[in-house]
Amino acid sequence: MFENFDAEILARIQFAFTVSFHIIFPAFSIGLASYLAVLEGLYIWKKDKIYLELFDFWKIIFAVAFGMGVVSGIVMSYQFGTNWSVFSDKAGPVIGPLMGYEVLTAFFLEAGFLGVMLFGRSRVGLGLHFFATLMVAFGTLISATWILSVNSWMQTPAGFAMNDVGQFVPVDWWAIVFNPSFPYRLTHMVIAAYLTTAFVVGAVGAWHLIKGTAPRRAGTMFSMAMWMAAIVAPIQIFVGDMHGLNTLEHQPTKIMAMEGHFDSHPEGAPLILFGIPNETEKRVDYAIEIPKLSSLILKHDLNAPLDGLDAVPDALEPPVTIVFWSFRVMVALGFAMLGVGLFSLWCRWRGTLYENQGLHRMAVVMGPSGFVAVLAGWITTEVGRQPYTVYGHLMTADSLSPIAAPAVAASLISFIIVYFVVFGAGTFYILRLMGRLPRDPLEPLDEGPIRTSGITPASQPGHGGKHAH
Amino acid sequence: MPIDLPFIWAGIIAFAVLAYVILDGFDLGVGILFPLFPEKHDRDQMMNSVAPVWDGNETWLVLGGGGLLAVFPLAYATILPALYAPLILMLLGLIFRGVAFEYRWRTKRAEYLWNWAFAGGSTLAALCQGIALGALVQGIPVADRAYSGGWWDWLTPFSLATGVALVIGYALLGATWLVMKTTGHLAARARHFAFFLAFATVGAMGIFSLWTPWLKPLYLERWFGYPTMIFSVIVPLLVLACLYLIVTGLKRGHDARPFLAALGLFVLGYAGIGISFYPYIVPTSLTIWQAAAPDDSLAFLLVGAVILVPMILGYTAYAYWVFRGKINPEEGYH
Repeated sequence: MFENFDAEILARIQFAFTVSFHIIFPAFSIGLASYLAVLEGLYIWKKDKIYLELFDFWKIIFAVAFGMGVVSGIVMSYQFGTNWSVFSDKAGPVIGPLMGYEVLTAFFLEAGFLGVMLFGRSRVGLGLHFFATLMVAFGTLISATWILSVNSWMQTPAGFAMNDVGQFVPVDWWAIVFNPSFPYRLTHMVIAAYLTTAFVVGAVGAWHLIKGTAPRRAGTMFSMAMWMAAIVAPIQIFVGDMHGLNTLEHQPTKIMAMEGHFDSHPEGAPLILFGIPNETEKRVDYAIEIPKLSSLILKHDLNAPLDGLDAVPDALEPPVTIVFWSFRVMVALGFAMLGVGLFSLWCRWRGTLYENQGLHRMAVVMGPSGFVAVLAGWITTEVGRQPYTVYGHLMTADSLSPIAAPAVAASLISFIIVYFVVFGAGTFYILRLMGRLPRDPLEPLDEGPIRTSGITPASQPGHGGKHAH
Repeated sequence: MPIDLPFIWAGIIAFAVLAYVILDGFDLGVGILFPLFPEKHDRDQMMNSVAPVWDGNETWLVLGGGGLLAVFPLAYATILPALYAPLILMLLGLIFRGVAFEYRWRTKRAEYLWNWAFAGGSTLAALCQGIALGALVQGIPVADRAYSGGWWDWLTPFSLATGVALVIGYALLGATWLVMKTTGHLAARARHFAFFLAFATVGAMGIFSLWTPWLKPLYLERWFGYPTMIFSVIVPLLVLACLYLIVTGLKRGHDARPFLAALGLFVLGYAGIGISFYPYIVPTSLTIWQAAAPDDSLAFLLVGAVILVPMILGYTAYAYWVFRGKINPEEGYH
């Protein structure tokens, strides 16, 4: 196995590793930034201090997560050049300006107002502070828009031509930005970020409801999170289905791999619920199937013919096993989220939302589900794009930098060690912060301060929002 | 005459990189100086003085890299593999120092570890940036649209010297920043270090200036040929003027002047490097026109840059304005 570890596979592992770590943080911070904006907005509207207390609680967690997102994102922005320089040279004229717009419209906005949001409330007043919070939230959404435009273009390229040195050159920017899969991918990802955050917030609320401390604060965040889950999880399943249809239209081999269809089905394809893909024998072992259902889902017709992977050359097949499983993990978690959301509606209707320990335990267990689902979804779409970087036009093998395997291996090992140390510590700190919600605002802190700029004291829950001077 | 888009973009990228160097320069410098300030109270203030702005500062690095990919993809695709090792190390350094801003406050037991992460990460990032600069200046061979040198080409006495020089220069920016933003014995200590660092920085610039022209015939011609020689005569004089302003500013107890004059040193050094290898973007292999993306790409992003860069400068200035003045050590935290 190891003799196959050439520079390409090492670079792919490195990209998969660093991007998988990275995506966790935006998925969380996109949702959390919007949640913070909602909390501060509610405080301004209702003048109920509880929203400000929740704001200050989640603000610190946001700061830690955002910091991790920034540093892991900088790695991504340089990795295109270090490991995938041929791709950068060829695709740069198309994707480069989109990423440039991401920096210009989103990163600076987030970074510029982040300081004000984190430390500036007593310096700028509540109104301007709310504006800063909105700008941070807005920035995360703009950022998602551009980066998903880039990713979607790599999946469903449009609006380009090739020049004589083999570069993709722009012909129609509108077609490039709004390429065929972009609207589905963006919607799917932003909702995923909101769901991810909702389940984290819900789990923290549920945890403290179970513990019985600070019931009002815990209850408020739990209730908000469960509303989100109940409303958004069904929307997400619907959007996911539309995204799947779009993928079938533009990337049929990816769908075949996701569904495990090694063979073509001229008279209606079954839905393979579970099974073990056997890539050497080109079949799914121990498959549990529902006849015709795959055709019904994908073509909305029980007897519609569906091509399988046998319709494409072996060299153009994506790795089936990975895509098959990651897709199932994502879908299963989506339905589990829907289940929690519906159960919460039932409890709410019965008036036991804050008492039902079964629901609370379920919410705690489901806390990380969004992260797992997001990762599984990205694995499905990115691995499913193989063997291409720009689908149908540029092979992954032809995208690599002229670098030697030992260099990539050395940097890969460094990233693995550093990421586990650094982001492991960060996760630990975040979990510890989450576990400390019930602290009475008047009780003295037992360790490190709520970080401040040093210019003004941090706004403590209970007297934030007022000018300190 | 059509608008020369690659030329305009070279100017914008140059501006972004300069903005990065002077902005992240001072906050990296604060990290570099960390070991010289052993007291926790001082360190808290040092960190707090840059906490609200460091993230925005570092975004210029992303614009420099992302912008290069967008408008000079071939330069991006040849420079980054050529500087593989120093850039990876720089990223690792930036990871450690970036998270230290948050983590340091979240733990008492491991605080010393994140102090080291902040100091070590800042120093490593600065050193690697200097090495990368040196390696760029000494030239990057390109053949067939790809980097054609070896993987240790970046490691030379010259690049190591520029690495050390940049650490010293960033430390000067950091020290003068602390002079401006802090009070009491912390400011006094920073003043003391700034004094020595100013002479060290100018000395390093001198060595760099005497060394560079002998690396490539192009540089020699630029530095000693007419009309570019005018700059090589004026720049050293301006450098000495900045040194004078720093030293007198420090002696007379000015707050902002040493910092501004130190920024001046960086601008001059940067201009000097630019004069050496313009119009190459990958010295001496690719000019800005050879590396540029098609005009459609340049024009598309330029529309946004013309509108957005002034806005960015505007709200960045606002963010600095919100946190203006000296930090109050008593109110730092409880």
